[in-house]
Amino acid sequence: MRDQIILRIATKVLVPLILLFALYVQFHGDYGPGGGFQAGVIFAAAFILYGLVYGVGQAQMVLSLRFARACAALGVLLYASVGVVALLLGGNFLDYDVLAHDPVHGQHNGILLVELGVGITVFGVMVAIFYSFAGRGRADS
Amino acid sequence: MRNLFAVAILAGIYSLLSAGVFTVLDAVDVAFTEAAVGAGIATVLMLGTLSLVGWEAKAAAHRPFLPLFVVIFTGGTLIYGTLDMPPLGGPDNPVHHHVVPRYIEESPQEVGPPNIVTSVLASYRGYDTLGETTVVFTAVVGVLLLLARFGISRHEEKRRWRRRGLG
Amino acid sequence: MRVLGLYNYWIFIFLMMVGFYILISRPNMVKKVAGLNIFQTSVFIFYISMGKIFGGTAPIITHDVGDHGEVLYSNPLPHVLILTAIVVGISTTALALALVVRIREEYGTVEADEVHLMDLEAE
Repeated sequence: MRDQIILRIATKVLVPLILLFALYVQFHGDYGPGGGFQAGVIFAAAFILYGLVYGVGQAQMVLSLRFARACAALGVLLYASVGVVALLLGGNFLDYDVLAHDPVHGQHNGILLVELGVGITVFGVMVAIFYSFAGRGRADS
Repeated sequence: MRNLFAVAILAGIYSLLSAGVFTVLDAVDVAFTEAAVGAGIATVLMLGTLSLVGWEAKAAAHRPFLPLFVVIFTGGTLIYGTLDMPPLGGPDNPVHHHVVPRYIEESPQEVGPPNIVTSVLASYRGYDTLGETTVVFTAVVGVLLLLARFGISRHEEKRRWRRRGLG
Repeated sequence: MRVLGLYNYWIFIFLMMVGFYILISRPNMVKKVAGLNIFQTSVFIFYISMGKIFGGTAPIITHDVGDHGEVLYSNPLPHVLILTAIVVGISTTALALALVVRIREEYGTVEADEVHLMDLEAE
């Protein structure tokens, strides 16, 4: 199976580039197309590619299912806590104006944190769903 | 079409083409998301399912007259419903008038980011996005409940199920 | 004839009906999920087409135009709604496919009429 070598080396070259692109999309969602959802999916796609080429066992040694589940929950927690912090600082729920010394910076901080939360959740969800499907195996048929 | 591999790949191609249509219609964020999610994740999940379920479908047993009639009737009703719609692309369409001018004009001062879609999604309609993130989280909880093994092998699962007398 | 000018809506309705037909007429459950996916994507195209303005551009504010020209932006609100809808759609698809996998493990088949027959026999 000499073709496996080409796939493996191509994957090794591509995965860091995909991760870097995902980070770019996440943090430049303010200035161009992009944002949390797209970045989370692309970040997960890098790990899914690794899992497809090297096997799900190897991929789970890099990124365990427990970590993916924790990421999925952490993102929603981050999003909701941004809202609660805004409540505690005196504004309405999810009112970003009170998060910094003036409203525009507050909005910027709020959007950054919220998109980060969304990206982390989507990443954890996609990786966990892929592990569930791929790790099932043909045990019954 | 009985080969389900072809069905999965064609569905992925349809998603990719619709991403192209979205780009032509100026919806760049949506095109990005549809290409990543529809052509990427959905195809991977469908191929994963097919590897667990089987790659061939059985031929349909009965002639599809009733579904065809239902589809034609529904399509006709929908076309009748769209007869009052405004023409495509007109700047005076009612959808462009009520809330959107405020978003487009006030967003640079009130919120900041040049990408209006991000500012509406994360700031003006941030509560909806919280709900959507929760929906995604619920989906992963559901899939994990249905499919994850959590360290028990299939043989052990069947043994425990049988011992409880349920199966 | 103003009605003939609405042909773009007919194209989207045709695509929707294709997905709907697959959903209700084919017994294989994976095909049903694929049909549901096609249906959803066609609805998205329908919505996004309503936000398009001829002569407009993507709703990202550019500053190199200069303040003397009014830049026409396409409507960003349908884009936001459809972004949410796409993500919810993939969640539903993932759950549906997980259910299909479990049905295959319990019943041995994914054809809807065979599963129905097995249920009737088990009663």
